[in-house]
Amino acid sequence: MIERIDRRGFVSGAAGLGAAALLPGSARAQAKYPSRPVTLVCPWGAGGGTDATARIVAALLEKDLGQPFNVVNRTGGSGVVGHSAIATAAPDGYTIGMITVEITMMHWQGLTELAPASYTPLALMNIDPPGVQVNAASPYKTIKDLADAIKAAPAGKFKASGTGQGGIWHLALIGWLQAMGLKPDHVAWVPSNGAAPAMQDLAAGGIDVVTCSVPEAKAMIDAGKARSLAIMAPERNPQFKDVPTLKEGLGVDYSVGAWRGIAGPKGMPADVAATLTAALKKAYDSAEFKDFMGSRGFGVTFADPAGFAAYMDKGDKAMGEAMTAAGLAKKS
Amino acid sequence: MAIFAGDIPAAMLRMPGTPASAAYADESYAMARKGQLELNLGVNLVFSAAGGLVGVGFLIVAAPMLAELAINFSSFEYFWLACLGLMCAIMIGSADPLKGFLSLILGLGVGCIGIDPAAGFPRFTFGNVDLLSGINFIPTMIGVFAVSELLRGAVEIDKAGYLVQDKVGALFRGLGEVTRKYWRNFIRGSLVGTLIGALPGAGADIAAWVSYAIAKRFSKEPEKFGTGHIEGVLESTSSNNAAVGGAWIPALVFGIPGDSITAIVIGVLYMKNMNPGPTVFLQNPQFIYAVFIIFILANLLMVPLGYIAIRGARRLLGVPKNVLLPLILLFCIVGSFAMTNSPYGIVLMLVFGLIGWFLEEQGVPVAPLILGLVLGEMFEQNFMTSMIKSDGSFLAFFARPIAAVLGVSTLAIIGWTLFGALRGRGDKIAVS
Repeated sequence: MIERIDRRGFVSGAAGLGAAALLPGSARAQAKYPSRPVTLVCPWGAGGGTDATARIVAALLEKDLGQPFNVVNRTGGSGVVGHSAIATAAPDGYTIGMITVEITMMHWQGLTELAPASYTPLALMNIDPPGVQVNAASPYKTIKDLADAIKAAPAGKFKASGTGQGGIWHLALIGWLQAMGLKPDHVAWVPSNGAAPAMQDLAAGGIDVVTCSVPEAKAMIDAGKARSLAIMAPERNPQFKDVPTLKEGLGVDYSVGAWRGIAGPKGMPADVAATLTAALKKAYDSAEFKDFMGSRGFGVTFADPAGFAAYMDKGDKAMGEAMTAAGLAKKS
Repeated sequence: MAIFAGDIPAAMLRMPGTPASAAYADESYAMARKGQLELNLGVNLVFSAAGGLVGVGFLIVAAPMLAELAINFSSFEYFWLACLGLMCAIMIGSADPLKGFLSLILGLGVGCIGIDPAAGFPRFTFGNVDLLSGINFIPTMIGVFAVSELLRGAVEIDKAGYLVQDKVGALFRGLGEVTRKYWRNFIRGSLVGTLIGALPGAGADIAAWVSYAIAKRFSKEPEKFGTGHIEGVLESTSSNNAAVGGAWIPALVFGIPGDSITAIVIGVLYMKNMNPGPTVFLQNPQFIYAVFIIFILANLLMVPLGYIAIRGARRLLGVPKNVLLPLILLFCIVGSFAMTNSPYGIVLMLVFGLIGWFLEEQGVPVAPLILGLVLGEMFEQNFMTSMIKSDGSFLAFFARPIAAVLGVSTLAIIGWTLFGALRGRGDKIAVS
C-alpha cells in the first residue's frame, strides 16, 4: 500500500521530529503519543452492545490519555466494512478499533481476506457466552428436556435463530449439536437480523430456540415472554445465577463466546501499542468499566496483546473446523 | 417540526426541505408568486401543528393496544406488512401506477446490492468493501430529492429565477376564513395522514401525496389546483404532520420505521437503551409517556418557533441562486457523509442525484424508489425466513390468524386495484 502524506500529517510529523530532537530519550514516547484526537472505529451500529462497549472504552481512554477518542461507526457488510477500515488505516495509532469475533469467521466464508493476523492486537476486553432460550410457554423446563426432545425429533423439525446465517450464535448452535453427537443441521437455522428480532420471533412462537447471549435475551426474559435454560460457558454468569451451564445441566462440556477487543492496523509502533495496552488495562480495571459492563450483563475478560493474539488464533482454528463441518466455509 | 421547516423553502424556492413537503411545493410556490406567501406559510404552520396533534392523539390511544397485538408478530405477519407497504407505494402513492411501479422495481433492484439477508452471501458487490454494506437509504434519498432539485436549479440558473421577496408580516391573517371554508380537509387530511403514517414504509411523504390527490379528487373546484390554491396545501400539510405521529406507532410497537424520520429515531432510542418493540411498553412505560408529552409540546412549540424560522428564512432565501445552490449542496454532502462516516455516502448521493434527476425529467416519481430500497430487505428477509420455518410451504403464510387477515387484505387490495385498472381501461375503450 502506498502511504499518503497529507499536509497536516507532514507538518505534525515535522513538528514531532523537531520536538523529539530536543527532548531527552525517555520522555519522547510519552510526549509523542497521543498528540491529537484518536479515531476508534466500531464495526457495528450505534446502540448495540459493541457500540456501547466501544464508547465506554473510548471515554476511559480519553480520560487517561488526555486526547479525544472519537467512536466512529462504520457499519454494514456483516462487519466487513468496519473491520477493513481498521485494518487499512495508517498504523500510527491514531486509528484503532474494536474488533469482534466475526474476524475469525468472515474469512472462512470468503467475505474478506482479513484475518486476526491483519491487526496489531492491543487488548481483549469482553467475552459473552451464548445461552439457550425458549418461549416462556414452551414445555421444556430444563436443558435436558430440550436436548432429549431435539435428539428424538427428525432433523430440521426444530428451528433456531439468533443472528444471520453463519453468524456467531449459529456457530454456537452447531457446536452444541456436535458436542451432543448430532449433525450440524439437525436443528434448522432461521437467519435473523440480530438477536432482538430473533427473540421477538421466539416470543411470537415463530421459532423454538434462540441461542443468543443471555444479556441480549434479558428484555424478553424479564417481560416473562422467554426463558433461559443454559449458558454455553465454563461458569455461570453472576448476573443470571439461576441459569446453569451446559456441563451442569447436560454433562456436555462445550463453551464458546462472542468476544470484543481493541486492535489497530498491522505494524503499529511498539511504543504506541504499549501506551494503548497500558491505558486499556487501566480502563479495564476501573470501577466505571466494571459497573457499566455489569449493568448490561456483559462478561468481562482481559487479555494482553500476546494472550489476545493466542486466543484469536485458537478461536480462528475452532471456527474454521466448525464452519467447514457445517458446510459454511468457502475454502477448506 | 422538521416537515414544517421543509415547507418554508418549498414555498419560497420551490425546493422542498423534506420529501414530505414535495407534494405541494409547486402549489405553494405558485401561491407565493401570486403574493399569498403569508397565507401559505400561515396555513402550513398552524395546520402542521394541528395535524401533528391529531397524529399524537392516535399514537397515545392506539399504541398500547397495538403492543399486545404486536407481540404476536412473526416473520409471516411482517412479510404481509412489507407487502402492504409496497402496495401503497405504487397503488396510491403516485398518479401513474406504471411509472410508480417502475420506480419501485428500481428501488427493489438497488436494494439487492450488499449482503443477502438470508444466506449471508454478497451480491453485486464486485469485491468492493463499501458495496458490501449495501445502498444506504439516507444518502440515496438526499440524492434523489435534494441533489436532483439542485441540478434542476443549476440548469435554470441563467434565468436568474424568480425570488420571492415578499414581506412576511401578518402570518395569521385570513386563517379564520380558510379554516371555516376547509375544516373538512383538515379532518380528512389528519386521519389519512395518521393511517398512512402508521403503515410501515409509507410515512409522511406518501401521506402528503395521497392527501393532495384526495383533496383534488373531492374538491368542488379541482381546476384551481396547481395555480396557487390553498385547499390542497392545507390538507396535505395536516396529513404529513399527522403521519409523523402515526409513524411512531409501528416504530414503537413493531420496531420498524414508518418513515425516514422514525428510522433515525429508532437508532436514538436504541442508544438510550429504550429498545423499540412490544417490550418497550412492558419495560419502560414511563419513557413512552415522556415521549408522548414531548410530542405534544413539540407540536405546540412549533407555532412560535415556526414563526421565527419563517422570518429568519426570508433573509437566507434572499441570497442569489448561484450562491445558495452550492451552499445547499454543501449541506447535502455533510449529511450524506455523516450517514456512512465515509466518502461512500457522498458518492451514493451524487450518483442517485443524477438518477433522480433523470427519472423526474421523465415523469417517474422517485418516492417509490426509496420505499423499494427501505422495504426490499424486510420483504425478502421475512419471505426467506418464513419459507425456512415452514419447510417451503406457502400455506404457512395464512396459517396464523393475524397473518391470514393481513394476507387476505393484501390480496384483496391487489385484486381491487387490478379490477379498477381493467374497468378503467374498459371505460376508455368504450368512450373511444
